[in-house]
Amino acid sequence: MNFADWVVLLGTMVGIAAYGSWRTRHVRNLNTYLRGSQSTGWGTIGLSVMATQASAITFLSIPGQGFESGIGFVQNYFGLPLALIIVCAVFLPMYRRLGVYTSYEFLGRRFDGKTRLLGAGLFLLQRGLAAGVTIYAPAIILSTVLGWRLDVIIVLTGLLVIMYTVTGGSEAVSLTQKWQMAVIFGGMVTALVVLLAKLPEGLGFSGAAHIAGALGKLQAVDVSFDASRRYTLWSGLLGGLFLSLSYFGTDQSQVQRYIGGASLRESRLGLMFNALLKIPMQFLILLLGALLFVFYQFERPPVFFNQSEWQRHERGAEGTTFLALEERHAVAAGETQKAIRAWLHARASADAAVEATARAAMGEANRRTDAVRSEAKAALLAVDPRAKTKDSDYVFITFILTELPHGAIGLLIAVMFAAALSSEAAELNALGTTTTIDFWRHFRPLAAADEARNVRVAKRFTALWGLCAVAFALFAGFAENLIEAINILGSIFYGVVLGIFLVAFFFRRVGGSAVFFAAVAAQALVIAMFLSLNIGYLWYNLIGCAACIAGSLLLQAVLGSRAPTDAGRAA
Amino acid sequence: MTRPLLPDQRSDADPPDLPGFRTWRGVYLFVFGWFVLVVILLSVFARIFS
Repeated sequence: MNFADWVVLLGTMVGIAAYGSWRTRHVRNLNTYLRGSQSTGWGTIGLSVMATQASAITFLSIPGQGFESGIGFVQNYFGLPLALIIVCAVFLPMYRRLGVYTSYEFLGRRFDGKTRLLGAGLFLLQRGLAAGVTIYAPAIILSTVLGWRLDVIIVLTGLLVIMYTVTGGSEAVSLTQKWQMAVIFGGMVTALVVLLAKLPEGLGFSGAAHIAGALGKLQAVDVSFDASRRYTLWSGLLGGLFLSLSYFGTDQSQVQRYIGGASLRESRLGLMFNALLKIPMQFLILLLGALLFVFYQFERPPVFFNQSEWQRHERGAEGTTFLALEERHAVAAGETQKAIRAWLHARASADAAVEATARAAMGEANRRTDAVRSEAKAALLAVDPRAKTKDSDYVFITFILTELPHGAIGLLIAVMFAAALSSEAAELNALGTTTTIDFWRHFRPLAAADEARNVRVAKRFTALWGLCAVAFALFAGFAENLIEAINILGSIFYGVVLGIFLVAFFFRRVGGSAVFFAAVAAQALVIAMFLSLNIGYLWYNLIGCAACIAGSLLLQAVLGSRAPTDAGRAA
Repeated sequence: MTRPLLPDQRSDADPPDLPGFRTWRGVYLFVFGWFVLVVILLSVFARIFS
């Protein structure tokens, strides 16, 4: 990075954070601090919802997923538009009508205190851990990019996000997210344009897409019923629907983004904005990854994209093994490139038999290159069993650093930072709010009347969660693929939480004790299944939710019927 | 005793105020139709470039 990159990076990140803090420095009102400005329109709500979901992990891991496994991951988002329609029609009107600060407050009104605490507790556990991962992801990038110490980056990032989130609360989060999304859109479009411009002359988008498709990177929709496949149309529709419904309908980090706003209409339009744009946006990020795969067929790619990890071992006692692997990979990659050019030539000849032979040769050459990459990973593990062998998270950042012009490098690093700060801010805001409203005020009901004290307490809890996230990022070890780690963590808890909410909305005769014990049992079942079975993790959303609902109905039948509460009747 | 309104009934009192849409049901149908179209387009895209 040169001076221009630093100007762009620091100018955007510190500038947006300072702007958010300054604009919201006078927020003293609890409602504004926790729910945001009452004049927020659908555009800000829509961008805020999008920014909360799209963390730095989205822009690190998803192009890597496209590079490694193709664009099939897009199916993970198929349930999202359907879930947002349900949230708009059922969840959102209820939250606004009851005037709650958190979604778990609704559970307290509908059921009882212990169910509210269970819902809020599961959220704090899951989101508290995820907040650590959110802050850890961009820190990896910068430690790779700048050679800085990982712990210094984690602490500085954490302090920046804590500063404006604590100062301005929900209003500062929404305000900064709008500008951070502008940086993200600008940066990703720049990266895509540069990538297309750097493809070999005469290849263009169409030629690159044909190569990616022929090598199996563009299988967007898989209609098979194999439950062990991680992403299919069915797991995306069913598991994705339950995951999205739980995330957007019950997770406070999202609920807080749309629960305020100028009116019900503005909140709904903000959510519909996401329902329309999310799948196309994820598709474009994955396509970027698939095009990166094609790009690296014509440029000499590293045998292992996490170069700092590779070079560390290359300088060690087994250095000759690593050098030999690099040479073999260079030869294999060269042969793949020749096979691709031969296939392009055969395609142009319009001879089907020649084309089929060339396609088979290209596929075989690509498999040989992949085999050398697998050997390289095995060699890393052989010298260091704790080595992180999944390098797909480093593909996009490698491209940024080696291929983009100066200025654009700073912009793309700013994209990663903007995404990390925006989702981290929403998480801290929600964690602070839930701790204040669902725990602190629950156990100190007399303190609810003192608004200034409530705001002070919310600020302290937000800061405390920020420090916890920083500590977690500093000391915890993480799963190799960051985006999957978060989705897996979410899938273990989300299904049960969603089950509680669906019982609250649709089964009016079920009471607090039945749903509480059913939820505890369902959570234990999901954890036991996760530890013992090997099925696609999206299914745990469905299993947890179904187990919670079925258990609630069964227990209520045993306990006997009950009269619905006011909130239950309203639902 | 008056029965409380369901969310959908009350939400219809707050119209979408969008050109071409008189009810939220219409907006939801449009979003669902868009989703189906996107899935079809993704399948076509994969088929064209496979």
